[in-house]
Amino acid sequence: MANTLSRDEILKLAKLSKLILSEKEIDEMQKELSSIIEFVSKLSDADVGDLEVSDQVTGLKTVLRDDKSINYGYNLDGLMSNVPKREGDYIKVPKMLSES
Amino acid sequence: MHNWPSIDVLVKQVKTAKVTAKDLVDKAFEFIEKNRHYNVLISELKDEAYKRAAEIDDRIKKGEDVGRLAGVPFIAKDNFLTLDGFTTAGSNMLRNFKAPYQSTAVTKLLSEGAILVGKANLDAFAHGASTENSDFMVTKNPFDESRVAGGSSGGSAAAVALDMAPFALGSDTGGSIRTPASFCNVVGLKPSYGLISRSGVVAMASSLDVIGPLTKSVDDAALVLDVMSGPDGLDSTMIEKDAEGYRNIDSLKSLDGIRIGVVKDFMNEGLDEKVKSRIQDVIASLKRFGAEIVDVSIPSIELSLPVYYIVCPAEVSSNLSRYDGIRYGHHNDKAVDLEDFYLKSRSEGFGAEAKRRIMIGTYVLSSGYYDAYYKKAQQVRTKLINEFNRSFESVDFLVGPVTPGLPFKIGEKSDDPLQMYLSDVMTVAANLTGIPAISLPVGMVNDLPVGFQIMAPFKSDRKLLELSKYIESNMK
Repeated sequence: MANTLSRDEILKLAKLSKLILSEKEIDEMQKELSSIIEFVSKLSDADVGDLEVSDQVTGLKTVLRDDKSINYGYNLDGLMSNVPKREGDYIKVPKMLSES
Repeated sequence: MHNWPSIDVLVKQVKTAKVTAKDLVDKAFEFIEKNRHYNVLISELKDEAYKRAAEIDDRIKKGEDVGRLAGVPFIAKDNFLTLDGFTTAGSNMLRNFKAPYQSTAVTKLLSEGAILVGKANLDAFAHGASTENSDFMVTKNPFDESRVAGGSSGGSAAAVALDMAPFALGSDTGGSIRTPASFCNVVGLKPSYGLISRSGVVAMASSLDVIGPLTKSVDDAALVLDVMSGPDGLDSTMIEKDAEGYRNIDSLKSLDGIRIGVVKDFMNEGLDEKVKSRIQDVIASLKRFGAEIVDVSIPSIELSLPVYYIVCPAEVSSNLSRYDGIRYGHHNDKAVDLEDFYLKSRSEGFGAEAKRRIMIGTYVLSSGYYDAYYKKAQQVRTKLINEFNRSFESVDFLVGPVTPGLPFKIGEKSDDPLQMYLSDVMTVAANLTGIPAISLPVGMVNDLPVGFQIMAPFKSDRKLLELSKYIESNMK
């Protein structure tokens, strides 16, 4: 069965997804994603007319709370304890641009 | 495998000092230690549990009211944030993650006196139907070690089946409570969407995710739901709990006047013959108990799986975009710049299935494909919701199997992601429509458990529990 997705499409998707794939992963993804996309393409025949989309099921609209500060019990030390690199209460990140 | 009395009985024993909370924790760890080779728990919280048991026993001695779950041990799927131990979501990405706050569901249980004894294995980020996608280990089926326990809440279901605790928590995005409950012979409840706060639960697909209990009995599920349900101000998608709550669910004296629809579309050639005949036996019993049985067809239900495998990965790809290695989660030390840091951290931290779902989600959401896939799926979802609503105008409940077959062999489907996705064919509709659904244990076929699925209209969780309780009590 021919693959629905090309190798270039897989590479583009990986780039958009911020993932690097090995050669083996590229081959597998091409095969697997093609069969999954083919499977979900069953929907193309479904007659939906101009039905509204459902992106939720509760019917709730713009749930707001009172404009008062709430103590959620989060503490800075706890939040910062998982940060891989920090300086004091600042989070260190790698530089935006490499020198090359 | 019935070494625990009901939770109500346990709590009464603790409150009247017939047993201590410490005795119950002893018992939990007796079964946890005996059954380690089933690969059920990612972490055991022994020291924390004994410390808490001592506090509870102390408070009981002082005559304090410890709550509705006094001294009862429980296990949380490891995608519930807990202040004790790590919260890994079964992933290398969060292997060393120490939660800075706790999920509302767990906090509510603890405030009623429950004791967290461990965190259960799952498919990484809850992506799967067998726990074979866990980045750590595969949970074995308590009835046959060569088979899967189901997923993604496979650790939670196996934990209850193996008596490691009277109840466990799971999450259900496309069947992740019901499938393992069915495979492990326990009760698994997927409540109406929005009934229990998801604050502090690792997000998978936010328009589908619900959390719920896995238990030995319907009464236990109802009690745990009653404790966990209701708005907490931290999850803005919540609905109010039933005015009557979810206790005292034994009001049905017969099934006279109740109309039950059998989902015809689930009873076709895709269903294992032996499972089918077991399900038909249950339906015959319902008829004997007085229910009116009708065949119901939901034309779009055959499209529910394609809809799910568009909507779910789309939301997964969005939710997993937060893992960038900067504030928490796996990070790469050798990256030369920020872009490289993101790429390497994510590629190392995510397993194959997470990557697959991120890529599919990115595909169906990308411009050019959005209308054909994502928008179309959301329209078919509307159609499905309309068809379910129409069915519930003429029947009170819909019933059928939970899965197309018995627990499958470890490795049988893990090489073919699409085959694995097909295991969700009977469960995803309840998530897409938001309705409550339950898997009830209804006996064995070839020494393997079979689950019976009941679905009820949105917000009819109480009615669903009442029917389930009736079936459980009368089908011996």
